[in-house]
Amino acid sequence: MSQKDGSGFQFNLQTTKGNNMKKTLLALAASASAIMLAGPAAAQMDQVKACFIYVGPVGDFGWSYQHDQGRLFAEEHFGDRLETAFLESVPEGADAERAIERFARSGCNIIFTTSFGYMDATNAVAARYPDIKFEHATGYKRDHPNVATYDSRFYQGRYIIGQIAAEMSETGSAGYIGSFPIPEVVQGINAFMLGAQSINPDFELKVVWVNTWFDPGREADAARALIDQGVDILTQHTDSTGPMQVAAERGIFAFGQASDMIEFGPETQLTSIIDDWGPYYVERIEAVMDGTWEQQATWDGLAEGHVVMAEYANMPDDVKAQAEATEESIRSGAFHPFTGPINKQDGTEWLAEGAVADDAALSSMNFYVEGIDDQLPQ
Amino acid sequence: MRIELEKRPERSKLFSILSPFIALGLTLIVGAVLFLALGKNPAEAMFYFFIDPLLVGWSLHELAIKATPLILIAVGLSVCFRSNNWNIGAEGQFVMGAIAGSIIPVMFHGWESPLVLPLMMISGAIGGALYATIPALLKARFNTNEILTSLMLVYVAQLFLDWLVRGPWRNPEGFNFPETRNFNASAILPEILDGGRAHWGLIFAIVAALATWFMMRSTLKGFEISVLGQSARAGRFAGFSATKMVFFAFLFSGAMAGLAGIAEVSGAIGQLRPVISPGYGFTAIIVAFLGRLNPLGIVAAGLVLALTYLGGEAAQISIGVSDKVARLFQGALLFFVLACDTLIHYRIRLRSTAKVANVAAAPVQSPAPVEAR
Repeated sequence: MSQKDGSGFQFNLQTTKGNNMKKTLLALAASASAIMLAGPAAAQMDQVKACFIYVGPVGDFGWSYQHDQGRLFAEEHFGDRLETAFLESVPEGADAERAIERFARSGCNIIFTTSFGYMDATNAVAARYPDIKFEHATGYKRDHPNVATYDSRFYQGRYIIGQIAAEMSETGSAGYIGSFPIPEVVQGINAFMLGAQSINPDFELKVVWVNTWFDPGREADAARALIDQGVDILTQHTDSTGPMQVAAERGIFAFGQASDMIEFGPETQLTSIIDDWGPYYVERIEAVMDGTWEQQATWDGLAEGHVVMAEYANMPDDVKAQAEATEESIRSGAFHPFTGPINKQDGTEWLAEGAVADDAALSSMNFYVEGIDDQLPQ
Repeated sequence: MRIELEKRPERSKLFSILSPFIALGLTLIVGAVLFLALGKNPAEAMFYFFIDPLLVGWSLHELAIKATPLILIAVGLSVCFRSNNWNIGAEGQFVMGAIAGSIIPVMFHGWESPLVLPLMMISGAIGGALYATIPALLKARFNTNEILTSLMLVYVAQLFLDWLVRGPWRNPEGFNFPETRNFNASAILPEILDGGRAHWGLIFAIVAALATWFMMRSTLKGFEISVLGQSARAGRFAGFSATKMVFFAFLFSGAMAGLAGIAEVSGAIGQLRPVISPGYGFTAIIVAFLGRLNPLGIVAAGLVLALTYLGGEAAQISIGVSDKVARLFQGALLFFVLACDTLIHYRIRLRSTAKVANVAAAPVQSPAPVEAR
């Protein structure tokens, strides 16, 4: 790492001139002691091109849609100083590396790759373009100083909707449509269950894995299967509005995902966990403009405004009041959804009374908490 | 009035050769109209679609990567189709080849040796060939329709891969994400040249195309394939066995698809994932026909189709059209190729209903009441 920083330092001396050099040196000096992960500081830029790669279509009204809303938000914020481009429906695999490389070559200064499966491709391209900044969503590999990662604490919202589910369900059971059994998704399931158990200790949760991020047909099929098994609340960790529409058809309640899906179920959606990437994109693009961009691993939630709850709708006032109270206590930091005592599914203790899970434990979570009616695919 | 297709007594040599180019021209016209309707400059759009990807070195490498599996699979399919065997399941054989070839880098991931790559390639080809024997056997023994069986086996292969990467072959350090370990350096197909990712798969594809072209043109086997393909009965008189040909055709095309699968995984992806192909096995059917079932034509057709993928991306970035436009382009291309081919063999006749009724009264298939509508 130190060697890499050294060469970056030389590079800056050679390529920046006059005032900029002074600034660069200052910036380097200021950050040198603090930087553990950071790459070399770059010169200021008046004009930045930011590029985005989406795993689904921008019209999914879920994950990719929200990232694109973030892009548009940034465009609005910067006006003429920012140019953006995006590629939608880029498959995770051999095509991803080409798509990212194409952006790197088309003059992008910062590239946001917005799906977990782009992780290796992002790092591979980043190695070849040290002057371009790469931001990978939901990953954990930062192999090069020009790669940062970012994610949101969706589990905070999932705890809240778990509580609402337990209040609203008549059968005492909910259905959960999962995408892939990766830690991010498992966290969400566990947080939902812990929230539900805080209201109804006997709450039941059925999980269906659809093994895709976006497939309206499969998601809707999973929703139907769950409803047929007797659940009367649906929640999802997939990106389409399919499940919301099925819930609306069958007349049960559901929670939206990633974006506010109220239009697809005006009398169905209780609330939705909205990903608001706009402020983050503005912040990071600004950093590129100012030459202060550094490698970091961002994991923000309700407090920073990266996770936003849609309006609490279709529920009695007391349930709404409780949801708002929980939201506030998580936002203020007074309460952490993963606070002990928590047992694993097999009954062994994971967190003792009063203990709070640290981020490392959360980001490698690969077990269910006690009470979930499913076997985690291992 | 009714439209009928009538077989031409003789087909034009000239138009047989011109047909793919006419199809391409018609596709371009449709594309231009489409872009005009979207409010884009068609000349600019066509530039990004068809010229821009050819202007820089790295993009040519990417073109080669994309074309490699298409050419390899289509070359195998051309032999199969020429012998009048209809293997629609190359996608499944591609996947099975990738799985068989990945046994070494996944299960013996610590083994680094120059032997690794050749063994992987051979087992990939064998895996694809073995998987193709299933529809071959069903056809030869039970006279089952191979179009159906080979197609259905695609889904079996895809689900098998899905199960493998989620279950027994999942990367233990991969945070539960469904993918295998990254292959070690000696299991990665090397790049041909510096400066781009194009790997040795392209060499395999070109060698396969040349060898197949030679086989079809100058060997007895090639003659046997064409004779049996045109008339099984004539082949029998010549002493050729149609049953053996079923196996040869399926094994050959299966092996090619399997080799394409392991080359893609080893050269371009570097690990197994739940989905390793964006439908190469099906697109290759288009490539085979666009290349007029001629191995050398297939090389050109594979490059053209790969170009539409890359061009679709370039157009998305540069002029902001949706990725669906690239798909539409491919669809239009196939439509026009098939339409042009059909019109070489057949001509369109407009018949009045009265006449048709007369024709139907003659001892042919369709019963008269249908015409009464």
